[in-house]
Amino acid sequence: MAGGAPLQWRVFRCRKEDRATAAARPQLMRFVIALPYLWLVVFFLLPFALVLAIALGTNAPDLAPPVELGLSLKNFALLFTDDLYVAAWLSSLRIAATATLVTLLLGYPMAYAIARARPQRRPLLLMLVILPFWTSFLIRVYAWIGLLSRNGIIEQFLRWIGLGEHAGSILGTEWAVQLGIIYAYLPFMVLPLYAALEKLDTSLLEAAADLGARPLAAFRTITLPLSAPGIVAGCLLVFIPAVGEFVIPDLLGGTDTLMIGKVLWDEFFTNADWPLASAVAICLLVLLVGPIALFQRQQAKSLEKP
Amino acid sequence: MPADTATPIVRVEGITKRFGPVTAVDSVDLAIERGELFALLGGSGCGKTTLLRLLAGFETPDSGRVFIDGQDMTGVPPHRRPVNMMFQSYALFPHMSVADNVGYGLRREGLAKRETAQRVAEALELVRLSDLGARRPGQLSGGQRQRVALARALVKRPKLLLLDEPLAALDRKLREGTRFELVRLQEELGLTFVMVTHDQEEAMSMAGRLAVMDLGRIKQVGTPREVYERPCSRFVADFIGIANILSLGDGRWLALRPEKIALATERPATAHHVAGQILDIAYEGDRSLYRVVTEEGAVLLVSSANVDRLGQTFRRTQRVWLGWSADSGQTLDE
Repeated sequence: MAGGAPLQWRVFRCRKEDRATAAARPQLMRFVIALPYLWLVVFFLLPFALVLAIALGTNAPDLAPPVELGLSLKNFALLFTDDLYVAAWLSSLRIAATATLVTLLLGYPMAYAIARARPQRRPLLLMLVILPFWTSFLIRVYAWIGLLSRNGIIEQFLRWIGLGEHAGSILGTEWAVQLGIIYAYLPFMVLPLYAALEKLDTSLLEAAADLGARPLAAFRTITLPLSAPGIVAGCLLVFIPAVGEFVIPDLLGGTDTLMIGKVLWDEFFTNADWPLASAVAICLLVLLVGPIALFQRQQAKSLEKP
Repeated sequence: MPADTATPIVRVEGITKRFGPVTAVDSVDLAIERGELFALLGGSGCGKTTLLRLLAGFETPDSGRVFIDGQDMTGVPPHRRPVNMMFQSYALFPHMSVADNVGYGLRREGLAKRETAQRVAEALELVRLSDLGARRPGQLSGGQRQRVALARALVKRPKLLLLDEPLAALDRKLREGTRFELVRLQEELGLTFVMVTHDQEEAMSMAGRLAVMDLGRIKQVGTPREVYERPCSRFVADFIGIANILSLGDGRWLALRPEKIALATERPATAHHVAGQILDIAYEGDRSLYRVVTEEGAVLLVSSANVDRLGQTFRRTQRVWLGWSADSGQTLDE
């Protein structure tokens, strides 16, 4: 048979290739899996160890990096005894929690409206949410200075409608910081909420209505619990960075606005106290590990569901 | 007070529903009697599902009225209608257990906890799922999910149960058994079922009466036997089962079912007969289908039950006679 030999040869070659890739695969797989871990070690674990080492040292202004390594916990002790740090902590948590709540209350209806809009209009609406990212974060915060400053547009408007005489400028107050954080972090709330609400099968709401649920009851019993993963994700995406936020309180806040991120900045750059700044950073991290772990558990749970 | 038992449970008067340029339901009139299993049958896009959704209240008609148990329900939202629906996708709540799914409607009524639990247990027993109350829908098989959906719709004791393609998502084997199960439940509970299906066999075998729909209109309403034996139009004759449609001239036709035609080697003594030649034979065990071309050039389908194990056989190209009696066919005007 004339055609027999090439065919056999081809089959043989296929087998050989298969065997080769099968042997290569575990090594390749191991390498691919190792990559993120490598990334984590180089860019997270090593720097973290470095920061921890500095935090355990003492301030030495005369040395080149102003640190004398050691094993002292006095920096950490100071964080819990000095009222400044405790107050900064509490006000950071309060501002971040308020911002999270407000972005949730604003973002949920927005995400809901986008998810319920006609499919061909959704990309445009999503684009409008994402559009601010096209401008630098810093520039957007600076823009708020112009809006909020004395004789800025907002104050002029308030004066024009007859409210501004006693209001004064809110720039330099906690209100301005709060406003800036809410503005800057709203998209981070809307996007995960949209992702969760868009997946929601509308026939579930019809089934609820069919079984006698008023629209509000259907929302409470079906929409809300099924969008819970989106709510958790959105809240953490706003809360975690908002706690450590530095730029917004620095630019929009005044001297009376205490946030831990700004305290860290001052310790590091103004006071040049590296060990204390590092201790603040470590505490910030440890306190945020809780919510992050919660987030990961939620993610794992939603993956389990079919 | 709801009307007496003589009034139909559902009355639809001149109902029309448009979606943009498409008229999904086109001035439909329909009455469904108490305690019957009624099927809306038609191909995809014929408006059967829209009609069902109009009964459930998910769609509001552009014109016409819907009466349920004598009460005008036009414009009444779904949560205030004495009607429950089983969805084609089942629409089970994924974050609730089976028992919580079934009890959902009762909790919305504000029923006491203990009574809710009792009625949920009864409903689950009815569909033979008593052991699975604690499971999530995601942990059930397709057949089990279908029964949860059924229990959830039945537990509120609706005046009318709407079923949207109740068997479509099941595999073939399960479908057969579930068919009888649904009919048993309907008879046992004495409820009115309105079912939407595209499967004529399903509609014929389950329904007491059925409506054949096409292009948003009801073409014919009747018992399966009426619709099969006395179709009112070529569309219905062709849609339900197989029909040979012979032109009689003057815009009139004769619909003749394949099994109504007798196949013979000799000229039969029936009222009508025609000579022909066998083109094809499809042997199906219990019966055989023959395609016969007549002397006038028409091709007729003839079905013959293989009653006799060793009886007469026909072969291809054999010259045969076809015969049928005067009342075998249905004369059609459209």
